[in-house]
Amino acid sequence: MVGGDTLGRRTLSIYLPLAFFLLFLLFPFYWMSIVSLKPTNDLFDLKFNPFWVQHFTLENYLYLFQNTEFPEWVKNTIIISVVSTALSLTCSVFIGYALARLRFPGSNFLGVGIFLAYLVPPTLLFLPLAQVISSLGLYNTYWALILTYPTQLIPFASWLLMGYFRTIPKEIEESAMADGCTRLETLFRIILPLSVPGLLSAGIFCFTLCWNEFLYALIFMSSGPMKTIPVGTVSDLIKADTLFWGSLMASAVLGSFPIAILYSFFVKYYVSGLTAGAVKG
Amino acid sequence: MDRSGDFSPVAVVQDRGSIFSLKGLMERQASLGIILMLPGALLLMVFMAYPFFLGIWLSLTDSIIGNIGQYIGLRNFSDLITDSVFLQTTRNTFIYALVTVPFKAVLGLGMALVLNNRMRFSNPIRAAVMMPWIVPTALSSLGWFMIFDPVFSPISWLLKNLGLIKQNINFLGGPNLAISSICLANIWRGIPFFGITILAGLQAVPQELHEAAAIDGAGLWHRFRHVTIPAIKGVVLIAAMLSIIWTFADFQLIYVLTKGGPANTTHIFGTYAYQIGLSATEIGTGAAISLYMFPILAFFAILLLIYLRREA
Repeated sequence: MVGGDTLGRRTLSIYLPLAFFLLFLLFPFYWMSIVSLKPTNDLFDLKFNPFWVQHFTLENYLYLFQNTEFPEWVKNTIIISVVSTALSLTCSVFIGYALARLRFPGSNFLGVGIFLAYLVPPTLLFLPLAQVISSLGLYNTYWALILTYPTQLIPFASWLLMGYFRTIPKEIEESAMADGCTRLETLFRIILPLSVPGLLSAGIFCFTLCWNEFLYALIFMSSGPMKTIPVGTVSDLIKADTLFWGSLMASAVLGSFPIAILYSFFVKYYVSGLTAGAVKG
Repeated sequence: MDRSGDFSPVAVVQDRGSIFSLKGLMERQASLGIILMLPGALLLMVFMAYPFFLGIWLSLTDSIIGNIGQYIGLRNFSDLITDSVFLQTTRNTFIYALVTVPFKAVLGLGMALVLNNRMRFSNPIRAAVMMPWIVPTALSSLGWFMIFDPVFSPISWLLKNLGLIKQNINFLGGPNLAISSICLANIWRGIPFFGITILAGLQAVPQELHEAAAIDGAGLWHRFRHVTIPAIKGVVLIAAMLSIIWTFADFQLIYVLTKGGPANTTHIFGTYAYQIGLSATEIGTGAAISLYMFPILAFFAILLLIYLRREA
């Protein structure tokens, strides 16, 4: 803004629209949180203002831990997300390095192939993939998701890392190789330490997608205690009677919480990663 | 991650005789390149490329779950064209993917322009407005599921208390209202993606450009029109194409809100393929429904690829 900023003009052009966006984008989370903190009877009492908590309670959260398989879902989601992220990041570092630094036959073709893989949605593949998973005997095992999630993660993570690796001056590597380092040593000792922000944003991206994934988890993990948080919440906590809202919202809040925290800490990396990898790449 | 020890110069010197060929393989660009591509490529082949072709084969058979059927040519595809639910599904998918994009783009642009100002707490605010995009959609859709509930909807409560309506609104009850409600939830989820992407584009505009234009006497609108818009046109187009592809192939938001109901009127390709392929176990027909998405997805993917190549 070039001079002449009065408080009135700032209010009109910044704070008012900002208030609108915050209200619209955050209201569903506010609603979920307050419903999760109310006793069920308060929901039915029409004389209460539904936008506020009259009688604060944690009973919905207790119910979740004592009467449902929620703790199992948390464990499953963490294991699957961590292992699948590690696997995807490892593959993506290699692919990103190969595409950024090495000339080899078919590298252009493979680069385009990886990009197109980024655009292949799960809804296109889930039926035949269900057959593949079942014929490999992976149904209701962690491997069903650990091995299939990377197909959704590697393409973007590789492109992001490739973009990041390309910003590192080649001269550093060349002098290290002149000093006797092998190519893999330069990758591990020079490129990776310089790429921590890129690795962080790729890692956060992968972890979030694993944590949030729904369709594959819904189909490949159908037995109760093997479910992930999103699938367990949607398929096991909605019941025929109408008394389920509190624990349903409690589960939705808890399942969203880790991702919200992760982003609050790393929002800078996320935006810079987006700039480096997705937009320029 | 630290495997560098395996390749330390000392080890290499000691082992030069015995693993000379391996070392040679790891140092030549061509062979190392292919070796490094292998783990990722293998996963993509087994769990993406192979299922894709298996899906094409399934769509040409009358398979049901647990029983590989006979080859029946294109019958699944031709049967679907005369299926009224499938036609409605096709229409829904296009509405869902295309009508929501202008809203997401315009509101996202607004969000980016607001966030591009210097303000206090800008990092927490950025993190907050990202939430609809980054938290699990299945879970935030449950929030919308309750906001749209015929009994507990806070929107209905508010409108009733303002005296604007007498009866609660059944947001997911009738076909047209249900589609509109679903689109609203989708727009809500998509705004931050456009917002943050456009913000990244805005921050790449050099401040000097704005100042130079201002010195030349360009007003706010002219600067927006001739400096800002050209600078972000690219990212907006990319974001729009990605958004169309993702929304076109969506599943979870509709699965949570309506499961395709009432009376199969709100299905999109993904949810209808799930219902026919898994719930009704006709996996051949289900695969055909999924594959109907392919030409449209391919069209936008190629468009995006051409655009990115030209920019680079």
